[in-house]
Amino acid sequence: MTFSPQLEARFAKMLASYPPGRQRSAVVPMLIFAQDEVGSITPELVQEVARRCGVQPVQVEECVTYYSMLRKKPLGKYHVQICTNISCLLNGGEELWKRACAQTGLGHKQVSADGMISLEEVECIGACSWAPALQVNYDFEHLVTPERLDEILAACRKGDYVEKAK
Amino acid sequence: MFASNPPLFSNPPHPREVIMLSKRFRLPNSASIDTFLAHGGYQAFRKALEMSPDEIIAEVKTSNLRGRGGAGFPTGLKMSFVPRNSPKPKYIVVNADESEPGTCKDRLLMEYDPHSLLEGMLIAARAIDAKKGYIYIRGEYRYLIHILDRAIEEAYRHGYLGRNILGTGMDFDAYTHSGAGAYECGEESALLESLEGKRGVPRIKPPFPAQVGAFQCPTMLSNVETFCSIPYIVEMGGKAYADLGVEKAGGTKLTCLTGHLNKPGVYELPLGFPVDLLIHDVGGGIPGGRKLKAFIPGGSSCPVLTAKECEGLTMDYDAMAKRGTMLGSGGVVVMDESTDMVKVALRIMRFYQHESCGWCIPCREGTTWLRKMLQRFDEGLGRRHEIAMIGELAKNMLGRTFCALGDAAALPTISIVEKFYDEFERKLNEVSIPVPAPGPFPVLNDPPPLGAGS
Repeated sequence: MTFSPQLEARFAKMLASYPPGRQRSAVVPMLIFAQDEVGSITPELVQEVARRCGVQPVQVEECVTYYSMLRKKPLGKYHVQICTNISCLLNGGEELWKRACAQTGLGHKQVSADGMISLEEVECIGACSWAPALQVNYDFEHLVTPERLDEILAACRKGDYVEKAK
Repeated sequence: MFASNPPLFSNPPHPREVIMLSKRFRLPNSASIDTFLAHGGYQAFRKALEMSPDEIIAEVKTSNLRGRGGAGFPTGLKMSFVPRNSPKPKYIVVNADESEPGTCKDRLLMEYDPHSLLEGMLIAARAIDAKKGYIYIRGEYRYLIHILDRAIEEAYRHGYLGRNILGTGMDFDAYTHSGAGAYECGEESALLESLEGKRGVPRIKPPFPAQVGAFQCPTMLSNVETFCSIPYIVEMGGKAYADLGVEKAGGTKLTCLTGHLNKPGVYELPLGFPVDLLIHDVGGGIPGGRKLKAFIPGGSSCPVLTAKECEGLTMDYDAMAKRGTMLGSGGVVVMDESTDMVKVALRIMRFYQHESCGWCIPCREGTTWLRKMLQRFDEGLGRRHEIAMIGELAKNMLGRTFCALGDAAALPTISIVEKFYDEFERKLNEVSIPVPAPGPFPVLNDPPPLGAGS
């Protein structure tokens, strides 16, 4: 498997950053950066990461099943992750989640038929003082009102949500 | 480059804030090395280069700096546990896996002042003779990885990282390492497992990371804010830093005000700050003039306090311990009188059930069982004997797991059941549920009631 030149450069740097013989350390960061390019963790990607890090594929697989951001099936182009943990709950996070489900007809970790949008109810994303909060891919959205949520969902469906934190 | 808009800090700062860690936040282009150098950056490191490792550790001990990640362990003591004469390489590991519900302070330090983190790492590296440092950062904080990577690059270009730093013969390399979504990886030994490319499950302790840490080598592992505090200690001296706080807890702390508040936000406040002022002055009071019902001082892992227990309370480690809770990570959650505490208990338990790594059975099974039981109460289907059972079950998790996640799930639950018992009583199912006719196989009965019969 080959990746974009930027990702190849990142991987080369990554593998060199751990002590000799400790390249297994690169498994998780390599998986998450590769997932962003490939779309999901495919069996070929597991083989490739195992080869590059010098471990058995099953050792990569056991990480894939452990870390919640790693996924075997592709999600939407825009993955909308709504936090409903305590600080967000107190400020209407649950209502946002229900609204997003109703607006899109999607549930937890479901993808729209056109592949544009997917939803996930997530645990604390570290935006507690600006609750309720959500993330679209890696972008944070703070102090989200129902109206702002509708705007975000509409932009995602149309494909013109502007990502800044990629 | 991504920047939070509007910014994450209060502007201007609240008059009660003591601006130290956040002193560069409000400068234009604050994350760049030019701004950092123009505002005293790397001066503490230069000073540390003139000091012996023992002198640095002594200053940190004098400063009464305690770990800002949640456990509050004295940082100087932790540094002194690293065996400097060990033939193995020593490592610095920064815990930037900020994921304790209610906590969002490390984001500011990394977004607005990434070089102060590097400076803290460099001083610590000088003290324990480390040659490499890793910043383990949660996967969700991707934009901060880019900011930190750029800061690291700048530091190499300016000779603050790499070989023969500033001509002193010191070598140090710093790297970022992305996680991929696991609260458990904020626990130090699980973080080290994750850093080694494995599932993030905790290690048995002792040995502690200071002796056997990253790659089985001596390691100083601390929170972002702890590392960021070290330059100020070196700069002003341990004594002056200690004087900012209270006895046995020096300095300032970034405090995240969340929940039912008019002005939630991240504020830099001295240790020992009164809770009453925290809520009603800095936090702007509770919306609609409603009354305080419950208070979490430092993230959802801390036992919950009632409004009465908050009277005369101050934000420091020992004062919190006296009231049976913890200062934790500084993630304050304020709940007003409209809050449904059963819902809160359920949401907290859902989190721990989701995040339990599954390594220790009392935690894995206990959180699932408790979540199911709290779910029934939330739906108004609770049974009287189960109120006591929630507390009993949670108490059976305490101290029976490798790491503190089991305790973190149990402690708030125990406190909510004990302090808000009447709310659970209001969720009892008073309608008797018809018992289905026994099928062809024996049917297991409900467990016998604990305490008074139902």
